[in-house]
Amino acid sequence: MSALLDVEDLAVRFRSDSGEVTALEGVSFSVAAGETLAIVGESSSGKSVSALAIMRLLPPAPACRVTGRIRFQGRDGPISLLDLPERAMVAVRGGEIAMIFQEPMTSLNPVHMIGRQIAEAVLAHEGGGKTAALRRAIELLDLVGIPDAARRAESYPHQLSGGMRQRAMIAMALASRPKLLIADEPTTALDVTVQAQILDLLRRLQAETGLAIIFITHNLGVVAEIADRTLVMYSGQVVEEAPTASLLAAPLMPYTRGLLNSVPRLEAALRPGQRLPAIAGNVPDPRHRPAACTFQPRCDWAQPDICGVTRPGMERVAEAHLVRCARWREIAV
Amino acid sequence: MSGVGTSQMEMAAGKPVRQGNRAVRRFLRHRLAIIGLLIILFLVLACAIGPSLLPYNQLHIDLRHRFQAPFMGPHILGSDQLGRDLLARLLMAGRISLTVGFVAMVLSTAVGVIIGLASGFYGGRIGGALMRLVDAVLCFPSIFLLLTLAALTTPSLLTITVIIALTAWMQVARIVDGQVRALRERDYMIAAEALGASDSRLMFRELLPNIVAPIVVSATLNVANAILMEAYVSYLGYGIQPPTPSWGNMLNNAQEYLTTAPWLALLPGAVITLAVSSFNFVGDGLRDALDPHMDLPG
Repeated sequence: MSALLDVEDLAVRFRSDSGEVTALEGVSFSVAAGETLAIVGESSSGKSVSALAIMRLLPPAPACRVTGRIRFQGRDGPISLLDLPERAMVAVRGGEIAMIFQEPMTSLNPVHMIGRQIAEAVLAHEGGGKTAALRRAIELLDLVGIPDAARRAESYPHQLSGGMRQRAMIAMALASRPKLLIADEPTTALDVTVQAQILDLLRRLQAETGLAIIFITHNLGVVAEIADRTLVMYSGQVVEEAPTASLLAAPLMPYTRGLLNSVPRLEAALRPGQRLPAIAGNVPDPRHRPAACTFQPRCDWAQPDICGVTRPGMERVAEAHLVRCARWREIAV
Repeated sequence: MSGVGTSQMEMAAGKPVRQGNRAVRRFLRHRLAIIGLLIILFLVLACAIGPSLLPYNQLHIDLRHRFQAPFMGPHILGSDQLGRDLLARLLMAGRISLTVGFVAMVLSTAVGVIIGLASGFYGGRIGGALMRLVDAVLCFPSIFLLLTLAALTTPSLLTITVIIALTAWMQVARIVDGQVRALRERDYMIAAEALGASDSRLMFRELLPNIVAPIVVSATLNVANAILMEAYVSYLGYGIQPPTPSWGNMLNNAQEYLTTAPWLALLPGAVITLAVSSFNFVGDGLRDALDPHMDLPG
């Protein structure tokens, strides 16, 4: 299967008062058509920056430098996103790759009725008349499961609940039938029942339209729900990549294991007073990352003479399983 | 279809309530603003239809009734040194002065909005350059700027309007620039950009509707300012030229007779004060009504 999106050796560096900060380095991954890839990691691990780099929404140089290669299988053949002129990029955004955000409360413009807002997105990419665009907006609202769509189209964002707003955002993102949807923590701000509904909705839309999804989250429960493959990021790098089932069953990178251990489980309820295992320490300051393995200071498996000396590369462990750890062989046993 | 149904909570949003209601209610409670609005309406109507109801036109010379005091003869509000009817002149002058005020406001607001939008949206070097331009223009005392420009052009209704607009757009530009800078990084802006909105769509469709309130307030105050400026310039003789009356040049004409016929100065002065303070009251009322910080129940 040829890749829809192919990211190769992506690096993002920000200029700050205290020198250059490397937010992302050596990130490579690909997404196939119709596939769901989850990107997990804690805050500041580089998940959102990766997404913004693909969308080219990071601040322009010299404040921010993006290097590497991002190839996308567009409607009119393959394109290299980082080399695209801004004018062409505007057409790609929303047209071929759409993105939705964490905060459905603030991601809709408060002064426009949602129907009009979606119609704007339709007009921007598909053209056509205003009435046709509005009709399509109502269809889209209907598609994302908003009841009484024609009436709801005349609501302002503040009149809708969080779940409804996220549905409206998704409708807007789908306005021009994109091939790839980047969802940056789309369910994080919602309560769990609404979360489950939004996940259902995304799965249904994927089945109906063959949409590929990059799903950014720090919620491993959500990953298990929705993702075909999962990418674990730590401190600006990809540290493990595997099909979701094998990642959850047999994680190889100690960081992934730590993440999985820190998820509360019903079947292994904690005794009173017992604490949930957490990964000790903090993510290293991106200005002073260890030259060796970035996770080594927090790692139970670390061996100073190996892990503290060189930074491990990504190693292929199985067909689709890659890991960045010098000691994965011992961990796997 | 299971799972895609909408929960009770999502349904609870209820019937849409019009957003503007609260602001309208607050404005209606602002007594001075309502009085101001009524006075403005009255002035506009009087200037529009008044002259055709009067027995004299503003240029009709009636030498038998020169310097007639108000309510003392055929001219209701008195007459000037040529026996011209003061009320007719005031109303015709009002047409000129109010027109200058409105048109100058529209022009200055348009210029200010465009410059402020561009500056706030692009920021960086473009924003810096535009805002320094604003600072530079603000550095001139506006009355000097006004008189210099007026001295360099042939006075006419059009030139005086344009000149007043050119000295009044900076405030709007600053307000818009500040607002845009604050809104530029909002989530919905980034979301719109992520869905392929072009720069002009972001500026005019996403940002502009969000900053209508402060623009309306400052535009209203701008009308007051423009009327005052026109009076200034015309009083000094650089503006609207006699025999066409404007509130400002009527004052100019009246100063020679200040002791003998004070009504010639007092009435135009009173009308200017009335118009300017009415616009200011309306502006204040709008500011209070549209201020989101006042958005409390009650």
